[in-house]
Amino acid sequence: MAPTHSAAEVEINAVDPANLLVRLRGIWLLETERPSVADLLPQLDAQPGLERIAYETAGIGAWDTGLVTFLVGLERVARERGLTVDRKGLPDGARRLVELTFAVPERAGARRGEQRQGWLSRVGTSWLAGTRAVQDGIAFVGELSLSFGRLLRGKATYQRSDFFVTVQEVSVEALGIVSLVGFLVGVILSFIGAMQFEKFGAGIYTANLVGLGIVRELGPIMAGIIMAGRTGASFAAYIGTMKVNEEIDALRTLGINPIDYLVLPRALALMLMMPLVTLYANLMGLLGGTVVSVAILDVSTVLFLEQLRASISVGDVLGGLFMASVFGVLVALAGCQRGIECGTSAQAVGEAATSAVVTGIVAIVVSCSLLNFIYTVLGI
Amino acid sequence: MSDAPAHITVRNLTLAYGEFVVQRDLDFTVDRGDVFIIMGGSGCGKSSLLKVLIGLKEPAAGDVLFNGQSFWQDPETDREAMLRKFGVLFQSGALWSSKTLAENVALPLATYTELTPPEIEEVCSLKLALVGLSGFEKYYPSEISGGMRKRAALARAIALDPEILFFDEPSAGLDPITSKRLDDLILELRDSLGATVVIVTHELASIFAVGNNSVFLDPVTKTMLATGNPQELRDRSADFEVRNFLQRGAAATISDG
Ligand SMILES: Nc1ncnc2c1ncn2[C@@H]1O[C@H](COP(=O)(O)OP(=O)(O)OP(=O)(O)O)[C@@H](O)[C@H]1O
Ligand SMILES: [Mg+2]
Repeated sequence: MAPTHSAAEVEINAVDPANLLVRLRGIWLLETERPSVADLLPQLDAQPGLERIAYETAGIGAWDTGLVTFLVGLERVARERGLTVDRKGLPDGARRLVELTFAVPERAGARRGEQRQGWLSRVGTSWLAGTRAVQDGIAFVGELSLSFGRLLRGKATYQRSDFFVTVQEVSVEALGIVSLVGFLVGVILSFIGAMQFEKFGAGIYTANLVGLGIVRELGPIMAGIIMAGRTGASFAAYIGTMKVNEEIDALRTLGINPIDYLVLPRALALMLMMPLVTLYANLMGLLGGTVVSVAILDVSTVLFLEQLRASISVGDVLGGLFMASVFGVLVALAGCQRGIECGTSAQAVGEAATSAVVTGIVAIVVSCSLLNFIYTVLGI
Repeated sequence: MSDAPAHITVRNLTLAYGEFVVQRDLDFTVDRGDVFIIMGGSGCGKSSLLKVLIGLKEPAAGDVLFNGQSFWQDPETDREAMLRKFGVLFQSGALWSSKTLAENVALPLATYTELTPPEIEEVCSLKLALVGLSGFEKYYPSEISGGMRKRAALARAIALDPEILFFDEPSAGLDPITSKRLDDLILELRDSLGATVVIVTHELASIFAVGNNSVFLDPVTKTMLATGNPQELRDRSADFEVRNFLQRGAAATISDG
């Protein structure tokens, strides 16, 4: 078998104590088995007086990047040990590629280290990142407040059409999913209620469960979570893509504040429309609850509706709608903030959309608990 | 223009990303009406310098003065007001992709002028016609070619008749004829608007055709090597790197002093 068709091989011979001859043979292709530079290290280090490395490659067959990576790796190792490398013995093409690789010295400070961290410093780093995120969130709320102040003084630059487009997006265009989810949550709630209350012969109280449950909590939460998934993600992706395309920079260089221009109309639209959407979700939920209750309980529609009406006060409804408005602002904030902070890559836009939804839902749940606590204390 | 402050003064400027210093100790001036070239090898920090000049990136140290007024270090400065006098052409164009070309040009007009919508429309058509894009008012940026996008972005940059026009590699990715036409257009606009022009480029043809002042940034020493008229720098710069760059790598090693 001719050596040029055999597997890649490397053999190291000491010509004299200062000179090493590296003999390469066989096929050096990326997809074939090749020796690694690490295998040669013991032999390099075994010769303390070594100064020079030379090559002998008469027996080499086909080669590609597989050979060049090996040569470059070996030369790096040799340079670290202060050895000179004589590239004369290499095939012409491979020699030129190696020369090219070393032609431009690495920029000092440009390489990014991948330092391994201990667990303690990882905990510390993520703690710092966490507090940073909270600070950024608060700073963003502050900026939006300033922006709102400018709006009141008539100094904010934003497009009215953006506001109306967002209003349409969050209301009319979301009605389908809001109807479906609202109706089904009403259905589920009344099923559970009817099953339990029926056992005590108190089936009519299903109306209280459905009424209060939907109007005070579930209506606003449903609407909020739908908005976080639908609108929050779309805000983040829209603004994030603008960031990637330098469109935000283009706004800044015109002296247009991106918060005023992009965030303000969206936050306002959600703040104003969320109560309306919630009102609609409430109606759908009550409708679903009524249909199921009347069907499986032994009560008349009129009686059920009367019980429903008696169980809900105006305060309950308004409390729920206020909550919805708060959720609207939070969802808009989460979406827009993630968009504005988005990095400049396609992956970053995806991450921004995901984290906008997660942040939005967390903010909804946390603020819902807080508001409920406040309502209870105030006796609303 | 003897005693009046230079249009742009860059003073002891240091550019850095975190710990990584890109350029330090930059000191140069740009006079009114100059076509000023920022040049240097790839990755030397030209775009970063431009970002500092147009207010997108804070310098690590130093300051930029426009008409003698500090941009970065004076807390009193109303930066947004100063920015309004700039027109910027980004390397990628950075047109607002959800707006038509006319809407792109219209936004600065609608924001900073009292013009009525029909008047704005008229101005937009004029600016688009100036850059050779009449008839494309209703097109979206994704529906036109790269060269057209650059010209549309130029139309947006000159919407407010800026005092200073900034360009990041205007001719990158354009064919030689289009690129030459863009150069002519830049000169034309400079003369008709009376604007100062700052261009980042490494197209030698462009540099000599339009530039009358320049700064050369070096990635190795991380500072500026020379400033002045590019043709003079090519022939007489004391620095080998500068001559070599401007002569396309053909400079003789021996100094011709
Ligand atoms: N956002 C960033 N974060 C970290 N480093 C950056 C960032 N942007 C640029 N750099 C670094 O700053 C240096 C200068 O970049 P810059 O884009 O200013 O170069 P340039 O002169 O415009 O190059 P080119 O001619 O190729 O456009 C580069 O080494 C780059 O790695
Ligand atoms: Mg650049």
